[in-house]
Amino acid sequence: MLHFSPFKMVSIGVLCLAALIFAIPNMFDRGTVQSWPSWLPQKQISLGLDLRGGAHLLLSMDTEELRQDLLTSLRADARAQMLRAKVGIRATGINGNSVQVRVARPEDEQRALTELRRLSQPLETAVFTSSENNITVERGADGIINLTVTDAALRKRVTDAIGAAIETVRRRVDPTGNVDATITRNGSDRILVQVPGIDDTKALKERIGKVALLSFHAVHPDVYYGGGPIPPGYRALPSSEGPGQQYLVRSNSVVRGDDLVDASPDFDERTRAPQINFRFNQTGGRKFGSWTSANVGRPFAIVLDGEVISAPIVQTAILGGSGRITGQFTPEEANNLAINLKSGALPAKLTVIEERTVGPTLGADSIRSGISAFIIGSIATLIFTVFVYGTFGIIAVVGLLVNAILIIAAMTLLGSTLTLPGIAGLVLTIGMAIDANVLIYERIREELRNGKNAVEAIDTGFGRAMVTIVDSQLTTLAAALIMFWLGSGPIRGFAVTLSIGIFTSVFTAVTVVRLLVSLWLRAEREKSRTVDVPI
Amino acid sequence: MQLLPHFKGRHFIPEGTSIDFMSLRQVCFWTSIAIMIGAAALFAVNGLNYGVDFKGGTMIELRTKAADGGTAPPADIPALREAIGSLDLGDVQIQEFGQPSDVLIRVEQQSGGETAQQDALNKVLGVVGDKYVQRRVEVVGPAVSSELRTTGLIAVLASILAIITYIWLRFEWQFAIGAVLALTHDVLITVGVFSLFYLEFDLSTVAALLTILGYSVNDTVVVSDRIRENLRKFKKMALPDLLNRSINETLSRTLMTSGTTLIVLLSLYFLGGEVIRNFTFAMLFGVIVGTYSSIFIATPILELLGVKRDWSGITKDQQAAASAAAS
Repeated sequence: MLHFSPFKMVSIGVLCLAALIFAIPNMFDRGTVQSWPSWLPQKQISLGLDLRGGAHLLLSMDTEELRQDLLTSLRADARAQMLRAKVGIRATGINGNSVQVRVARPEDEQRALTELRRLSQPLETAVFTSSENNITVERGADGIINLTVTDAALRKRVTDAIGAAIETVRRRVDPTGNVDATITRNGSDRILVQVPGIDDTKALKERIGKVALLSFHAVHPDVYYGGGPIPPGYRALPSSEGPGQQYLVRSNSVVRGDDLVDASPDFDERTRAPQINFRFNQTGGRKFGSWTSANVGRPFAIVLDGEVISAPIVQTAILGGSGRITGQFTPEEANNLAINLKSGALPAKLTVIEERTVGPTLGADSIRSGISAFIIGSIATLIFTVFVYGTFGIIAVVGLLVNAILIIAAMTLLGSTLTLPGIAGLVLTIGMAIDANVLIYERIREELRNGKNAVEAIDTGFGRAMVTIVDSQLTTLAAALIMFWLGSGPIRGFAVTLSIGIFTSVFTAVTVVRLLVSLWLRAEREKSRTVDVPI
Repeated sequence: MQLLPHFKGRHFIPEGTSIDFMSLRQVCFWTSIAIMIGAAALFAVNGLNYGVDFKGGTMIELRTKAADGGTAPPADIPALREAIGSLDLGDVQIQEFGQPSDVLIRVEQQSGGETAQQDALNKVLGVVGDKYVQRRVEVVGPAVSSELRTTGLIAVLASILAIITYIWLRFEWQFAIGAVLALTHDVLITVGVFSLFYLEFDLSTVAALLTILGYSVNDTVVVSDRIRENLRKFKKMALPDLLNRSINETLSRTLMTSGTTLIVLLSLYFLGGEVIRNFTFAMLFGVIVGTYSSIFIATPILELLGVKRDWSGITKDQQAAASAAAS
């Protein structure tokens, strides 16, 4: 147990030195480290949001809205298919996850079924075509044909929508591209947004949750909806200008927000009221141009998320493909809206279901208190250890310092995040890492009491204690792994430092401490034939 | 190596103790059972002060704005209470947090789904005014809080299960039962203390519980290892004596490790800041209970259950073959 080949000794030394080099950048400010020559390691441990300050937002997508969308478009497809096949239908409806089609004449039913079956197509995923179809078409009772959306199709719709929403949210969180935000998928229908360095999340939340679907519609000659039946092809939409006021607008839009290429906040030159300037792409510009030239003098409605923001009269044909939206905005709202329009619409509404924000002052306080707890805790442990184990205590302390350096180097290299509970884990590891040394040293003491000589006692001490060390550390590791699975950000940070600490503390006990003890023993034996173990 | 000063350590535990732990067994069992029943009763009557992680709702930590260069003035809690009380948000707790300038506001989960929580947050921040800066905001909606409750419970159960399986494979089933009873004891009593003082119980408390489990079983494993070793060494020794001997032999290690762990935990408790104080309290308490339980619960159980005495390395098949050959 106590023999080390020169090769082994050199490897242990090199490893410790390398760890020290990678740990050193963490002792300095980020600015200082960046000014170092490039051949020096500059990577630092990334700090969690609870230490850096910042916002953690978990957004959930309204999947019900997606389901409705899917069914509505399926219904439209079914109608179109029947029209093409010249099958008369009496009615269509939506029931649960199904679109129901009732054929007018019973003799058409078989043909309708064949035609509708053409709508059923295999689902395409990114990698391969799956065996499942998007819908199943079946004949129901009373001449009804049911087109049922499959679960796989619903799931794919949600997955696709989240994928698209992540891109949109990224553009909204970080319109200029200089915020260090992380935006990731979380579960099937959620998005996790982490933005460092902000403490007031109100504006951010308003910006990212909104669907921001913009469209331009023709307005009914009556302009306002005055009760009674709604004329076919029209919809009554609320106005954002005043409660209770409803506009009658055409269901089909002239142009949609998809055709926008740019939007920016601005002020009206005369009234100084906030407004948004926008520009269409070519298709959008052409569509808008030809519609406005045919409708000079008539009102049109600018609709945002089902609400009419304004309904101006077309003064002249707008042919340049650009225009402006006026309404009752504050400058901040105009700015948010411009960002939303430019980033494109979300597939469905996003709701904040969890928010954790830490202000920069609390983060700085936490770092300060974490570091002082670490330093005081370590010093107290070191003094206690030296007091109890004498010369061997000093060796254990060297082992602990190496251990701390190894943990910091490992966290830096693995790119794991340090959180406040993570610092607690680090401090706790220092207290518990001693355990490996304690097991070894207590065993050595016992063997000495049993009358063994120094070499034998130290040798069996390391050997016997090893089994116990592995046994006992494995159980703590199991708890740490479960915590990792359980936890969100901060708790995960705790689990990570605890796990890394378990590996490094076992490693230092069986290599560094053992090497130092064997070197000490060799030196002592050169001095005298009998060695007195100072333990 | 010549640089190292040569001095002996001090044994703060006298060498070769032979305390009769087994004779204290009855007293400890009944005391522990009484405390466990008490903890369970407290939990049933008092419940736990669940944090926003598990109950949902809003938590806001504020600090008063300091005049330029000055320290933050004390917060006007009655004024905050009145302003926020008028919002009709149900159960609202407003208290000082760590120092007079800091306030912690807790608003219960609002009915009306996910968006209602955000509305409540905006209302509170609206009336707080610009005399305060936001230090921390946590809003957890009904969906996430119910998920966290489930995962928290699963995590504790899964850890206990993983630990039992490990000990069962590594030792014998009697050791696993001893360990699991000790663990249940630790968890129950820690939960009882949280209930007694109505301390906030959140996700980090669960993390602390898991760490306690890991730590307590670590202790139990060290004692069990020694028992197994002694079972091989002293085949004829009476079980209570053997268990006593094993506990005594590992006692200095047990106390030394608990000692260093307590030192760092105390440093965390007093210096680590208000945010993790509950977390370190749970661990501080758990380490003490865990050390107690591995000595006074996990080991005496072995005597009650009895253990296999023959550890001479003969497997069951070999034994069966040997007995078959003999007959």
